[in-house]
Amino acid sequence: MRLFTWVRRHLVVFAGLLTLGYLLLPNVIVTVFSFNKPNGRFNYQWQRFSTDAWTHPCDVADLCGSLSLSLRIAVWATLGATVLGTLIAFALARYRFSGRSSAGTLIFLPMAMPEVVMAASLATLFLNMGVSFGFWTILIAHITFCLSFVVTAVKARVMSMDPRLEQAAQDLYATPAQTFWRITLPIAAPGIAAGALLSFALSFDDFVITNFNAGSTVTFPMFVWGAAQRGTPVQINVIGTAMFAVAVLCVLAGQLVGRRQKNRRRS
Amino acid sequence: MTTLTEQLPAPAPAAGSARPVRRRRLVPYWLLLPGILWLLVFFAAPLVYQASTSVQTGSLEDGFRVTWHFATYWDALNQYYPQFLRSVGYAAIATVLCLGLGYPLAYLIAFRAGRWRHLLMILVIAPFFTSFLIRTLAWKTILSDGGPVVRTMDRLHILGLTDALGVTEGHRLLATPLAVVCGLTYNFLPFMILPLYTSLERIDGRLHEAASDLYARPLTIFRKVTLPLSMPGVVAGTLLTFIPAAGDYINAELLGSPDQKMIGNVIQSQFLRVLDYPTAAALSFILMAAILAMVTVYIRRSGTEELV
Repeated sequence: MRLFTWVRRHLVVFAGLLTLGYLLLPNVIVTVFSFNKPNGRFNYQWQRFSTDAWTHPCDVADLCGSLSLSLRIAVWATLGATVLGTLIAFALARYRFSGRSSAGTLIFLPMAMPEVVMAASLATLFLNMGVSFGFWTILIAHITFCLSFVVTAVKARVMSMDPRLEQAAQDLYATPAQTFWRITLPIAAPGIAAGALLSFALSFDDFVITNFNAGSTVTFPMFVWGAAQRGTPVQINVIGTAMFAVAVLCVLAGQLVGRRQKNRRRS
Repeated sequence: MTTLTEQLPAPAPAAGSARPVRRRRLVPYWLLLPGILWLLVFFAAPLVYQASTSVQTGSLEDGFRVTWHFATYWDALNQYYPQFLRSVGYAAIATVLCLGLGYPLAYLIAFRAGRWRHLLMILVIAPFFTSFLIRTLAWKTILSDGGPVVRTMDRLHILGLTDALGVTEGHRLLATPLAVVCGLTYNFLPFMILPLYTSLERIDGRLHEAASDLYARPLTIFRKVTLPLSMPGVVAGTLLTFIPAAGDYINAELLGSPDQKMIGNVIQSQFLRVLDYPTAAALSFILMAAILAMVTVYIRRSGTEELV
C-alpha cells in the first residue's frame, strides 16, 4: 500500500524521465554507432567495435568540405542576422511610432510559416532574378530566417531593462554615446548573445531552406541528406557525437564559470 | 502579431534631451530601415513572386508566363488532397503526443527537479546540438526490422494490434505511419517543452499550497490551478509544434514509404525534381493559407489573443 502511494506520488517524475529518455535515445544511438564498423554502405546495424571513423574523420569525400562550408555560412549568417535583428529590436522595444505593429507582423510572419513555404518562395525569387544558386543564396536565405529569432531574443531583454539605469547615467552627465556603450549595450548583451547563438545553431543545422536555395552546393546537412540515399558513412556519427560533446562541455563550462563568479562576488 | 511584452508602457524618454524632436522621431525608422528592407526584399517580395508564379502557365523550355490560370490551384488540390489531409492529420497527432509527453517533463523540471533543474534543462536542449538529420537517421536503427523494439513489440503482440489498426504493416515499424508520427513527435518535442516550462515556471508555488490548504486533491489542484495558468504555454507549444510538423518532409522521406508522403514532400519534389514551379507555388500557397486560417481560429477559440 505504501509502495502504491509512493509510485502514485512520483508518477509525474517517471513520466517525465520517460520523455527525457525518448528525447535522448537517438543521441545515445548516434554515439554508439560512431564506433561501429558496418558491412556495406549503411550504418544502421551493429556489426563490431572499431575506432576507425574517429581516427580518420575526414576520409569520406566532401564530408569535411561540407562541414567547413556550413561553419562559414553559420558565422556570416549569425553576424548579419544579429546586427540587423538587434537594430530592429531596439527600435521596437524603445520607441512608439506609426507602423510599429506592421513591422512587428512582418517580423513575426517568417516564424509562423512552415519552412518549406519560405524556402520555395525565396527560391522562386532567385529563379526569376536569374541569380545562380550557391554560397550567396544560402547566406541570404539563412540571414532572412534567423533575423526574426534574433529580434525576439533581443527585444525581450531590452524590454525587461530598467530605464532608470540610463536616466541615472545621464543625470551623471554621461553623453548619449557613453550611456549606450557603458550601460545599454552591456545590459542588452545577454539577449544579443542568446540571439546570436540561436542563429548559429539554426543556420548550421538548417536543411529545408538550404535544400531549395543551394543549387549544387553541399552544406553539412545536405551531405547527410544525400548520404541517407547513397550510404551513411560512420564519420557522420563521429561529427554528430563530437558536436554534441563540444556543445554540452561549453554549456557546463559556462555554468561553472558563472557559479564561480557568483561565489567570488559573495565573498 | 507580436509578443506579450507589447502591452508594457514604453520607457519614458530621458527628460531634458537637447536633441531636436524631429530628429529623435526619425531614430526608430533609421534603426528599422536595414532589417525591414531586408525582410521586404527577401521575405515579402518572394511571396509576391510566388503568388504570380502560381497563376503562370508554360514549360521549362518556353518559359512561364502569367496567364491567370487559377485552375492550377484546383488541379493541385484535386490531385494532392490526400497528402494535405495526411499532413494535417499527422501533424495534429504528433502535436497531441508532444503535449502528452512534454507536459510531465516540463512539470517535472518546473516543480519537482530541485537542484537538478539546470541539468535537466540542458539535457532537453542538448539534442539540438547534434544535427537533426543525423538524429532522425538514428530512428532508422531504433525501429529497424528485427531490432529490439520491433521484437519486443511483436512478442507483446502490440504489432499485431497496430497492424490491425492500420498504423503499421507487415509486422514492421519502418515505412509505416507510426514511424513517421514517431519521428515528427520526436523532432518537435523540445518546441513543446520549452514554452510549457516557461509558463509553468512562472506559477507561484504558494497557489498550490493555498489550494491544498483548502482541501483540494492533487488532481483537482492540477485541473483548477496548474492547467489554466499554463494555458499560454500550451497554446504557444501546440503552435510551435503543429506549424513546422505540417510542412515537414524529412520524417516522411527518411522514416516513411511513398504511402506516407506529406504535402511538404510534394512541394519539394514538384519544385526540385519535376520543376513544375506553378504547381509547387500553388501548393505552398494553399498550405500557407490553410495553416494561417487554422492558427487564427485556434487562437480565437483558445482565448489567448493577447499572446501573439
